[in-house]
Amino acid sequence: MDLSFSKEEVAFRDEVREFFKNNVPPETRKKMVEGRHLSKDAMVAWWRILNKKGWGVSHWPKEYGGTGWSSVQHYIFNEELQMHPAPAPLAFGVSMVGPVIYTFGNEKQKKQYLPRIASVDDWWCQGFSEPGSGSDLASLKTKAERKGDKYIINGQKTWTTLAQHADMIFCLCRTDTTAKKQMGISFIVFDMKSKGVTVRPIETIDGGHEVNEVFFDDVEVPVENLIGEENKGWDYAKFLLGNERTGIARVGVSKERLRRIRDLASKVESGGKPIIEDQKFREKLAEVEIELKALELTQLRVVADENKHGKGKPNPASSVLKIKGSEIQQTTTELLMEVIGPFASPYDEHGDEGSNESMDWTAQIAPSYFNNRKVSIYGGSNEIQRNIITKAVLGL
Amino acid sequence: MDFDLSEEQRLLKESVDGLLNDSYDFDSRKKYRAEKGGWSKAVWGKLAEQGLLGLPFAEDDGGFGAGAVETMIVMEALGKALLLEPYLATVVISGGFLRRGGSAAQKAAHIPGIIDGSKTFAFAQLEKNSRYDLQDVSTTAKKKGDGWVIDGEKFVVLNGENADTFIVTARTKGGQRDANGIGLFLVPADAKGIAKKGYPTQDGLHAADVTFTGVEVGADSAIGDPENGLALIERVVDDARIALCAEAVGAMDESLKTTVEYLKTRTQFGVPIGSFQTLQHRAADMFVAVEQARSMSMFATMASDFDDAKERATAVAAAKVQIGKSAKFVGQQAIQLHGGIGMTQEARIGHYFKRLTMIENTFGDTDYHLRRVTNGGGLV
Repeated sequence: MDLSFSKEEVAFRDEVREFFKNNVPPETRKKMVEGRHLSKDAMVAWWRILNKKGWGVSHWPKEYGGTGWSSVQHYIFNEELQMHPAPAPLAFGVSMVGPVIYTFGNEKQKKQYLPRIASVDDWWCQGFSEPGSGSDLASLKTKAERKGDKYIINGQKTWTTLAQHADMIFCLCRTDTTAKKQMGISFIVFDMKSKGVTVRPIETIDGGHEVNEVFFDDVEVPVENLIGEENKGWDYAKFLLGNERTGIARVGVSKERLRRIRDLASKVESGGKPIIEDQKFREKLAEVEIELKALELTQLRVVADENKHGKGKPNPASSVLKIKGSEIQQTTTELLMEVIGPFASPYDEHGDEGSNESMDWTAQIAPSYFNNRKVSIYGGSNEIQRNIITKAVLGL
Repeated sequence: MDFDLSEEQRLLKESVDGLLNDSYDFDSRKKYRAEKGGWSKAVWGKLAEQGLLGLPFAEDDGGFGAGAVETMIVMEALGKALLLEPYLATVVISGGFLRRGGSAAQKAAHIPGIIDGSKTFAFAQLEKNSRYDLQDVSTTAKKKGDGWVIDGEKFVVLNGENADTFIVTARTKGGQRDANGIGLFLVPADAKGIAKKGYPTQDGLHAADVTFTGVEVGADSAIGDPENGLALIERVVDDARIALCAEAVGAMDESLKTTVEYLKTRTQFGVPIGSFQTLQHRAADMFVAVEQARSMSMFATMASDFDDAKERATAVAAAKVQIGKSAKFVGQQAIQLHGGIGMTQEARIGHYFKRLTMIENTFGDTDYHLRRVTNGGGLV
């Protein structure tokens, strides 16, 4: 057992850290620190910088532009990215549809889509959830009917993150209504500008616009847009969701937020002294730090395991990452609320532009707290995660 | 970055697990408890035979020169078996004092007896008002000629009833809570002036309250500098905390396993109760708590070799907080999921719960260590 990084890994960390320091646009970093939403242009500009460096699709196979890094290097990269902080590459393209295409797609699809994902020429969104199909995703009803060399798609998706920016969507559609629910689903990709696609924004409780409803009304999609085999979409979806086992803990995000808590808590006073000097507050903070340290170690156990033995069988400890990671993220946003106390209240109508300067330092703390309730709901709610542990680990 | 055991460590784990599987089922444990002093000399002999009592000692002293990871492996196994024998008191703590602070003569005099299983030790540290504060010492050691005279009362001394030798913390100068002026003394259990009151503890171990009245020991009984022993005490007690973390992980592993088995076999409303989601999720939360504890036990084990004493202390304190919380949660939920049967002495699970509960209160509880982490400046 050895807790330390090798000399090469430390050098790699320094290289990554230095690159972020010199290349993440300062305005982008500042908005991340303050918990603001970023514009499409700001995100794309940064991802293109990253891709120019060769790190845009780091975990892809080398032949498609990946880096060939070890699991430990990927861990270091993500951790540094989250701590800087800078926006992670767009998950829907880079982590989700990309790997499905290079694993199950044909040569033409690989050539057509993969380079444009890497260069962010296409912004992808994910068409999975439906109004009646949340945790029970396989009950989805959006239908793709084969007519000659086209699919005719009808139905509705929801919680479609950043669909307002999207050029492309990957969609789970029912292609066989007679089969058992998991068996009749296909994985189809298409242009968001297709006739019959309508995007309607959903305003979330923080006042933000991240998610959307997407309606399909007789959308015509060429059959060559089917990825893999017809009716095998559920397998690809499971592959996609199981692909990212460690990033989900978002340890770096929580570390960065703890830094901000310490920073604000040493500036905001209560009873004539900074809140950071209050013993009860310090103990609360230490409790979160300990939970996070334990999670970091749990994540490292999974990473080191993959590094040495490959990604074959998932380490049972990986099931802990989503549950604990989301709980800790939420606790850190609660602590930020606690630090600023009554100043959490004012609502900045200028939103992400932060033009109300007197509120700059507190404006996004309450919205960020409200917004972070999502992390224990999305990506398989924490209750679904417990179902997974129950079945896959405990065998109940 | 590597969390795997080496080949040798894997073999060690197999051998200690094997030994305890063979000789430490629940019924055997009951018999051992009834023996004098509350543990089995025969089992102790087997541990010696397999070399487990000599693991951490240097090869020059007749040991195997093993490190913190090997102790972690053994303590996890002991936690799984709910071992009664005084491994912590003798090998980890007293062995730790001898290894880290003993003179060549003291090592030669005492380590062979530990390794061959012929002698056991006890650490007489806790006092009526000291609680978890290691520098709160009112027992005194006064100079007399070349030697020392020890007076004071020590409480809940694990293995105090059976030990051949005590290692006693005593003040050689200064006030009750001064950091300076604390010494460590090797005191034969049959020395004149020692009175012991032995009793079983809640978790089935045995301890004693020990009174020292004018107990005279030689100059060679002091371990290290008799006026400056606190750093050594903190170091060795950290070793003990690290070992307790691993023991707790072993006990939690077994608690979860036993509970899941029970959920699969106990039937109500015509189905195994493990089919109820509310119980499944409770078990899933226990799993999360155990894994987080395991991670921190590994962290503490590796922190044992940190060069910076403050960094080590903060890491160990953080681990003890996590283990305390996880142990409480896992222990309580294990009883709840067992229902009525969990309340009986007859069922194994309650004994794990009791041991886990006592571990939380040994060498600093969760609140105490949380304060140590904040005083150390936090972890991030």
